[in-house]
Amino acid sequence: MGKDKEKKSKAKLPEHLQQRVDYVTCGDKLNYNVNTFTSASTFTAMGVDNSWDFRNFQDNFKIVINKLDKEVMEFDMIGVDPAIANALRRILIAEVPTMAIEHVFIVNNTSIIQDEVMAHRLGLVPLLVPPHLFDEKVAEEAPSEKNTVVFKLDVTCKRKPDGSLENDKVLSSQLVWLPAGSELPEETTCRFASGQAHLFAEPDAQAPRAVHSDILLAKLRPGQTIQLEAHATKGIGKQHAKWSPVATAWYRLQPEVHILQKISADSEVAQELMATCPGLFAADGENNLRANAARGHELVLEKLRRLMEQERFSSVVAYRKRKDHFIFTIESSGVLPPQELLAQALDILQEKARVLKEKL
Amino acid sequence: MDSEATDFFAATFSIEEEDHTLANGLRFFLNKNPHVSFCGYSMPHPSEELVNLRVQTTGQVTAMEAVKAACEDLQQVCGHMRSTLTAAVAAYQQGGQHKAS
Repeated sequence: MGKDKEKKSKAKLPEHLQQRVDYVTCGDKLNYNVNTFTSASTFTAMGVDNSWDFRNFQDNFKIVINKLDKEVMEFDMIGVDPAIANALRRILIAEVPTMAIEHVFIVNNTSIIQDEVMAHRLGLVPLLVPPHLFDEKVAEEAPSEKNTVVFKLDVTCKRKPDGSLENDKVLSSQLVWLPAGSELPEETTCRFASGQAHLFAEPDAQAPRAVHSDILLAKLRPGQTIQLEAHATKGIGKQHAKWSPVATAWYRLQPEVHILQKISADSEVAQELMATCPGLFAADGENNLRANAARGHELVLEKLRRLMEQERFSSVVAYRKRKDHFIFTIESSGVLPPQELLAQALDILQEKARVLKEKL
Repeated sequence: MDSEATDFFAATFSIEEEDHTLANGLRFFLNKNPHVSFCGYSMPHPSEELVNLRVQTTGQVTAMEAVKAACEDLQQVCGHMRSTLTAAVAAYQQGGQHKAS
């Protein structure tokens, strides 16, 4: 086994093949070498083993965080196949659970907003409720303190003595959490055996509310009223986008610009490149053309792509993207911090594999 | 999840309630297995929660063993990514505190 390892590290692919393995090459109209070489036997004829090697993965895999705050995380994920990166992206969008309003019981609504439109708007409000405290409600299950969080909205618009309006705007901050459960158990069939207040009793725990307090739900005129009860349940984005914990999550590949042949920075081609792509190219110590890091020059890179149409440029520089270097961005809806979402996504993927193996 | 064969070198696994998320990951690890001669997957219909995973091996392992191994690889990778993430977040937050102070 140890001998095999040694052999493996010695055998190397010729440069032109290694480049096809590592990079997508961007042409003016389309990208080349976009596929990944996953088959274990792809390079057997050259004595290169392409099979899975966890040690190798451990040595090469890196996460570098560039930006992290309450809502957004941008990080580089290096040394992983698109199959995994895309699985994580898909799980983040569609399979990490959150709480969202699912049932709305309208007591009175004399506003201009129709009941069903109001219910839909309420559903889309991100709720600051830790999803791990609750169970997913199965369709036939009765709503209870284990699977439902109840909010009340009771707003009436009035004209104040000074002529201004009170409550002419209904905002998400006016949703009131009912820790004891529904006030209309007959109609909603939602009966709590015990209150939920203890779940949020810790000093740093926040009582359930909307993530953003300034979401406009409806506008009222004097005398108009909205009275309703909104029941939030746990769900995933696959079922309805309102349960998606992210505004979105996406990745792109690390761009790189390579100089293919030494050319003088004074040459016509180099001058033109430097003029068209400011900041991307420069002259090195020997007055030859040098490419700076392509990251951060995204708009300029699209100009470079256009130049690839002409042979005189495409023979000198190449615009490439690393296949195993993902610049990943997660924009949380604010329900959970983005790093927590990614951790959960990884757990969900691991759990999928575990469950499948068990069922085989 | 059903499969009739447990000792075949070629088999199609019908995995219910899964999609590209898991199937593409498994396909990757199966293709990376030198004992697997072919692996591919398909979703027969987009509104049906089902993927068919086809695995053919060279004969040294059964298709079932190959899929199990792929599941293990995927779990192992997720575990490693999870700990790398935790370390990266800790490093970032520590770095941020230094900058702030």
